Amino acid sequence: MTNGWTDVANADVVLVMGGNPAENHPVGFRFVMEARRKRSAKLVCIDPRFNRTAAVSDCYVPIRAGSDIAFLGGLIHAAISTGRFQRDYVVEHTNAAFLVKDGYGFEDGHFSGWDAAKRSYDKSSWEYELDGQGYAKVDPTLEHPRCVFQLMKRHYSRYTREKVAEICGCSPEEFDKAAGIVLSASTEGRTGTILYALGWTQHSHAVQLIHAAAMLQLLMGNIGMPGGGVNAQRGHANIQGSTDMGAWNMLPGYLKLPRANWRNLEEYLKANTPKPLRPDALNYWGNTPKFTVSLLKAYYGDKAAKANGFGYDWLPKAGETANHSWGFLFDRMYAGGIEGMISFGMNPVANGPNTGKILAALAKLKWLIVAENFETETAAFWNARKLAEKDYPAVADPSQIQTEVFLLPASCFAEKDGAFVNSSRWLQWKHAALDPPGEALRDQEIIARLFLKIRELYQKEGGATPEPLRNMTWNYAQPECPSLEEVAREINGRDLASERQLAGFGELKDDGSTSCGNWIYSGSFPETGNMMSRRGQEDPTGLGIYPQWSWSWPANRRVLYNRASLDKGGKPWDPTRAPLRWNGTRWTGDVPDYKSDAPPEALGAFIMLPEGVAKLFAPDFAEGPFPEHYEPAESPVENPLHPGVSFNPAAKVFQSGIDKLGSSKDFPYVGVTYRLTEHFHYWTKHVASSSQLLAHFFVEVPEGLASEKGIRNGDRVRVTSARGHVEGYALVTGRMRGLKVGGRKIYQVGLPIHWGFVGRVTGPLINNLTASVFDPNSGTPEYKGFLVNLEKV
Amino acid sequence: MVTAAKLIDTTLCIGCKACEAACQQWNDQEFTLGTFDGSYQTMPDLAANFWNLIKFNEVERNGQMSWLMAKYQCMHCADPGCLRACPAPGAIVQLKNGTVDIVQENCIGCGYCITGCPFDVPRLSPATKKAYKCSLCSDRTAAGLAPACIKTCPTNCLTFGDRTELVRQAESRAGALRAAGYADAGVYNPGGVGGTNVIYVLKEASRPEDYGLPRDPKIPLSVYFWKGPIKWLGSVVLVGGILGTFFHYVRYGPREYRNEGNRGQNPEV
Repeated sequence: MTNGWTDVANADVVLVMGGNPAENHPVGFRFVMEARRKRSAKLVCIDPRFNRTAAVSDCYVPIRAGSDIAFLGGLIHAAISTGRFQRDYVVEHTNAAFLVKDGYGFEDGHFSGWDAAKRSYDKSSWEYELDGQGYAKVDPTLEHPRCVFQLMKRHYSRYTREKVAEICGCSPEEFDKAAGIVLSASTEGRTGTILYALGWTQHSHAVQLIHAAAMLQLLMGNIGMPGGGVNAQRGHANIQGSTDMGAWNMLPGYLKLPRANWRNLEEYLKANTPKPLRPDALNYWGNTPKFTVSLLKAYYGDKAAKANGFGYDWLPKAGETANHSWGFLFDRMYAGGIEGMISFGMNPVANGPNTGKILAALAKLKWLIVAENFETETAAFWNARKLAEKDYPAVADPSQIQTEVFLLPASCFAEKDGAFVNSSRWLQWKHAALDPPGEALRDQEIIARLFLKIRELYQKEGGATPEPLRNMTWNYAQPECPSLEEVAREINGRDLASERQLAGFGELKDDGSTSCGNWIYSGSFPETGNMMSRRGQEDPTGLGIYPQWSWSWPANRRVLYNRASLDKGGKPWDPTRAPLRWNGTRWTGDVPDYKSDAPPEALGAFIMLPEGVAKLFAPDFAEGPFPEHYEPAESPVENPLHPGVSFNPAAKVFQSGIDKLGSSKDFPYVGVTYRLTEHFHYWTKHVASSSQLLAHFFVEVPEGLASEKGIRNGDRVRVTSARGHVEGYALVTGRMRGLKVGGRKIYQVGLPIHWGFVGRVTGPLINNLTASVFDPNSGTPEYKGFLVNLEKV
Repeated sequence: MVTAAKLIDTTLCIGCKACEAACQQWNDQEFTLGTFDGSYQTMPDLAANFWNLIKFNEVERNGQMSWLMAKYQCMHCADPGCLRACPAPGAIVQLKNGTVDIVQENCIGCGYCITGCPFDVPRLSPATKKAYKCSLCSDRTAAGLAPACIKTCPTNCLTFGDRTELVRQAESRAGALRAAGYADAGVYNPGGVGGTNVIYVLKEASRPEDYGLPRDPKIPLSVYFWKGPIKWLGSVVLVGGILGTFFHYVRYGPREYRNEGNRGQNPEV
């Protein structure tokens, strides 16, 4: 979240789209309710289903899964064409005035620079026009035909209310009603927030969808404002922490993954340290060398020295264009290219697309280690045929599977201490409530014992490239089970000469004199102690900032980009909602997202970026600098905007024999998967109370479709895709209705995810239906919007 | 002595069922698995081991869909029909703070309280042959704690407090909703049972039935006669009934109940 849960109470408008917080974030949703109670905030819900959030909303609009960019594009067009945007904010705090090179263009679904052979873009035509000093040229009047504002205006002029209705399946009047409420937050005295979750991230164009949301909020002047922002509701207690720590395709603190073409530290830093594009840009990513060297010092300690590039050589490196995200990993495994896997806190058989492919891929491993509280579908994958043959008829018989599976009993969250990082970016320290039962071990003990044993084998027996393990520092008081407090201190970082805990990332050096496990967490455990365990409830600004409650990254800042809540001269856009004030010598209020002693005019408000301002036009992504509506990989219609380029040309679709795509002739309905309040992912089907609250897998079927098919509420139905099928009860409901898309009536079918073949309650794995189609930037699978058929059993 | 009451603001309820789980956990009720009945609702109706149920009602009017969610449990009436109907001394009690509670040791399992209740709340357990319902967590309130459902509600749609104060709060909230454009918003605070200690804020107050709430709850006339003008006769019948039940019990043992619906057959989870 750019802002945070407590901050949502400051909003006048809450747009919920691509998420269902009443259902999936009920505790955070209290702040939406507080905004309604205290500010009479309006709640707008845009979703394929009339869900629990819609039930308490002021305005609900149904749309077809996969059409969100069209809806947001329509809002952007409506804002610009009717003047419902905050012009001063846009001029001062965004790149609207920047000039783009001659040669940039968009035609028939492709941006300039498309290389059909490589299926990717040459992005050189998406760059800014630079002056002699290397700075971007700007036109603050926003009149230049090649300035970002004019390009944006032209790009979205196609997204009329009628076009939105044609793509999304709502009526133009429904769009108008939602737009009226959402765009009311474009005045200086009103602020709106956007809450989203996996309903936006699980598309083949997901990153651009969130880009579109950011553009809308920037146009309305809502980024950096209390009650504003673009707010991702994270799905697990610590998924934000795992992202921050680089558990995916990055190093900790969002440092880029080293690649083989950056042969040494110098080349890596040169490629990944941006240069300022405007004279007043602070360009904080310019400090990348300090973050990187301090990280290497945390990894390799005394072994990391200037002479050996601080051990850069010992980091694993991906190929120049190689991708090691989920879809690629399992594709490689399916092809037999991976020997073993450690699955820790994850259940890939349940949560990966195309279950049949995942089951087949795991069967090609020599060994699989699963560390879990329960036996999961992944640990029991070899037994799927016996447990659920009717759901997975193609899966191999256990006698044919040679994979050796080790199930290690691991402690659950209540059996260990440490910090959870929540959606608000708060690192909240917790204490263990009880000891792990039986032979279960704490996670860090499992990892540490594996590490120590493998290192011992390397030391005894040698082997290829032993350096990464041999040179790793492991000087914990209890090497076999490091205390998480000790690890947290290490992540915070220290001055190596004095062994003093650092006060924050401002102290990091690139000469090897500091170490830091994650620069954005620096300051969470300074000399004064563990900031994450703080529970102070003071709220000096009255804006729900609570600076003494736990610790928020970065630097305990609660509202990101808060400098943008004031104009260039330092006057708050809304004096009643000013998180920051300049008192003549320094900033007061929230921790400023700005240099703490720099006067208002000195720097651009977006200090991380080389532009110094926020990017409406963002040449960073695979499929274009502006978000464009593309259909899902499986869609019932051709893209009404450009039928020739219907689907995101840069998205990744796997083509192995088991990765089939269907057409609307065989699979006429749109499937969409989602979560329910009663369950948490695939885990609570092991829990008695949750199993009682919702025991049976069901399929939500619109009334119109049910009557066409002769299906009554409670009948058994089968849903089939090109990949597989699921079977369950029909829940026939008027909450889902047929949508008119491109002149045709389209029905959507609702598919909750929580079942599997292991647990107190069992049912089909919903991903037996979904396809191996991924967003090219994030590597997230497309679970919202794929084609299915529905039959009565 | 203040009157302990519960305010349910349905406009803030998101149907998360945390109150259902909290109620069962605090009251040590057994978890069972139900059958699928075509709804998000946990089960069609209250059960002897399930005293607090959120009802999910889909209503479509003038092309406008509403999904109304309302928590359903004992209303703790000022003039409780269950208490009027109960023939067993001390089986149903009304505490000084207005809470109506069943004392299972004294319950004879006759089921008259079910007949007497205008909200159809108490349930007989086939296993113990006693009646059960929400006690407003009298064991918690006696210790100064809020009932479990209220403690656990994430959106603060539930409030616990003195009845007079909660009625004031409810009226003010309904007023705010009307001002925000919900013309039909109002308070559900039926008078027919001497007033209830559970009151609701409803967005569609002119249609309580849409939420599964009776429009004008009244104690059945038969129950009034039972303990009303012919109370003396009632007492004779009561004593006779108890004696009869006693001798019946001594002679024939406990009654075998047929399952009253499939809930009773649910296996333990």
